[in-house]
Amino acid sequence: MADENTPDSPGDVRPAPAAPKPGAERAAVTSGEGAPVTPKPAVARAEGGEGAKPAPTKAPAGGGGHKPAAAAPPLPPDPPPPADVEQPAFVKALVAAFPDAGLQFSFWVGDWTVLVGVERLLDVARFLRDAPEALFDFCSDVTAIDWPARTERRFDVVYCLYSTRLRHRIRIKTHAGESHAVPSVTPVWPAANWLEREVFDMFGVRFSGHPDLRRILMPEDWQGHPQRKDYPLEGPGELILESPQEWLRLRQAVEESEIE
Amino acid sequence: MDTRAPQPMFDTDELVINMGPQHPATHGVLRVVLRLDGERVVDADVVIGYLHRGVEKLCENRDWTQIVLITDRMDYVASATNNLGYCETVEKLLAFEVPRRARYVRTILAELQRLASHLVWVGSHAMDIGAITVFLYALRERELILDLFEEFCGARLTYNSMRIGGLPLDVPSRWGKKVLQFCDVMMQKLPEYEVLLTHNRIWLERTREVGVISGPEAIAVGLSGPPLRASGIPRDVRKDEPYAAYDEMQFDIPLGTRGDTYDRYLVRLEEMRQSVRIIRQAMDGLPEGPIVGKVPRLIKPPAGETYHANESPKGEIGYFIVSDGKATSPYRFRVRPPSFCNLQALPRLVRGHLVADVIAIVGTIDIVLGEVDR
Repeated sequence: MADENTPDSPGDVRPAPAAPKPGAERAAVTSGEGAPVTPKPAVARAEGGEGAKPAPTKAPAGGGGHKPAAAAPPLPPDPPPPADVEQPAFVKALVAAFPDAGLQFSFWVGDWTVLVGVERLLDVARFLRDAPEALFDFCSDVTAIDWPARTERRFDVVYCLYSTRLRHRIRIKTHAGESHAVPSVTPVWPAANWLEREVFDMFGVRFSGHPDLRRILMPEDWQGHPQRKDYPLEGPGELILESPQEWLRLRQAVEESEIE
Repeated sequence: MDTRAPQPMFDTDELVINMGPQHPATHGVLRVVLRLDGERVVDADVVIGYLHRGVEKLCENRDWTQIVLITDRMDYVASATNNLGYCETVEKLLAFEVPRRARYVRTILAELQRLASHLVWVGSHAMDIGAITVFLYALRERELILDLFEEFCGARLTYNSMRIGGLPLDVPSRWGKKVLQFCDVMMQKLPEYEVLLTHNRIWLERTREVGVISGPEAIAVGLSGPPLRASGIPRDVRKDEPYAAYDEMQFDIPLGTRGDTYDRYLVRLEEMRQSVRIIRQAMDGLPEGPIVGKVPRLIKPPAGETYHANESPKGEIGYFIVSDGKATSPYRFRVRPPSFCNLQALPRLVRGHLVADVIAIVGTIDIVLGEVDR
């Protein structure tokens, strides 16, 4: 019965988290293929102290052109901006202000994203809030994306910003890991307070300097972080929380009965 | 000899009390832990999550088309707006052009929904403060809107009323006429609420100078929607980043000056008039044509991510969706819930007020716990 159900169950649409190794190789191959593409829009890229960060796979600007093998665990698309798209003033100002920060820009369906190293995040955030070309005073959203295929710093923390005066948007992205904290942007935008708490709750990303880093939606004694890709959709169940030993015994009994 | 200091006449310890999660005025399962000095609120801690269902995780495991149904269950007082935001985000990822007629009908549905949501708000907010009649009046008019929705899509609360690429059905014949009739009724009934509230002495005493927040501060704490506009910030996604057919509509953005509970009430009432104005324009100019575009049977947006914002009755509802280009469901599905972000300002708003004002302020933010917790 279980075997018949697995291909149809929506939980299995995603590649299983148990297969990151072939995926990592695959990712290396794709980024190798993507390499000839990346130098083209070098206009928008300022190379610099990126440190030990793995380079994200670059999809060609067209998007749907190439078809990678179905088994590869996904990596962030982050397409670099095509050469014929004009950079808005705030992107130019950002490039001019941080020539050595290793900023990477990406552009997709009209949205600009800037990838920043964790160590320069607060500087870039303050600049984007205060620079006269940018004035991003409204922090719309803070969220994260989990890419388990990227073994080091598997989370992308994303800040969606908006300027109520100039009426434009940008997203800041930075890489975080379970042991790599991100500086909290609450001193820059107080609105990020609860949103960062939610990211901490759902992904387990820690924010250093956050005034009140507690779980917000899940109970305080909850184990695990539900939005991670390796967290089961149905949750751990109630029994595993109350008595893990009981749960193990029950599970073994079920498995044995299936074998018979 | 007695050397003890004289005892103060009253004990001045701070008192911690729990409001909610079961409380008639918290609109669901909201829990606020209040620290009181007498009747004054010293600090408040908001505890949420009682209604957390993991909507984001669920959506990451459903087909692109199945998600419309789940978005209904977030802000269940304004389902159509949630549907619209999601469908438009996927259409943006697909670079899909929606037929003009569909965009017009979507605008009408979104504005009917805004009216329905504001009616629930004005009714429950007034009832929290003590004016029960308004609640009965407001729900009477909301019933007419639900009837219109029922005739359009068969459901009265969770509509599932939009599809990626357009709408599931064309509007029924004579539906347009009924919508225009409803607009007339609505414009007649709006003064009835104002007679009961706007110049009511008790209402003024309870709402004026309660929960004041300045414009820059409102931006900083992330308020959006009517609470932000009541503080004098002309920010409306419908005007600033037009979607659906709002770029072809004439309407005004009402603004407050003082940023208090009374201004938020006035802004929402004026918004209801503007909604009627938009519905009339869209109904008069409703173009002919297909109601849904040619969407592929299997929806698979190319790899990429986007954030798209809509103006829900509560504020800016944003969808941040990541597609990996391979799976039949989004890789990451994230909602920027306006109620959640607005609720964040509650401790800031209630500080220094009386306990009774906490009720008024919770009501004025207009939260739906289904959306706060998701």
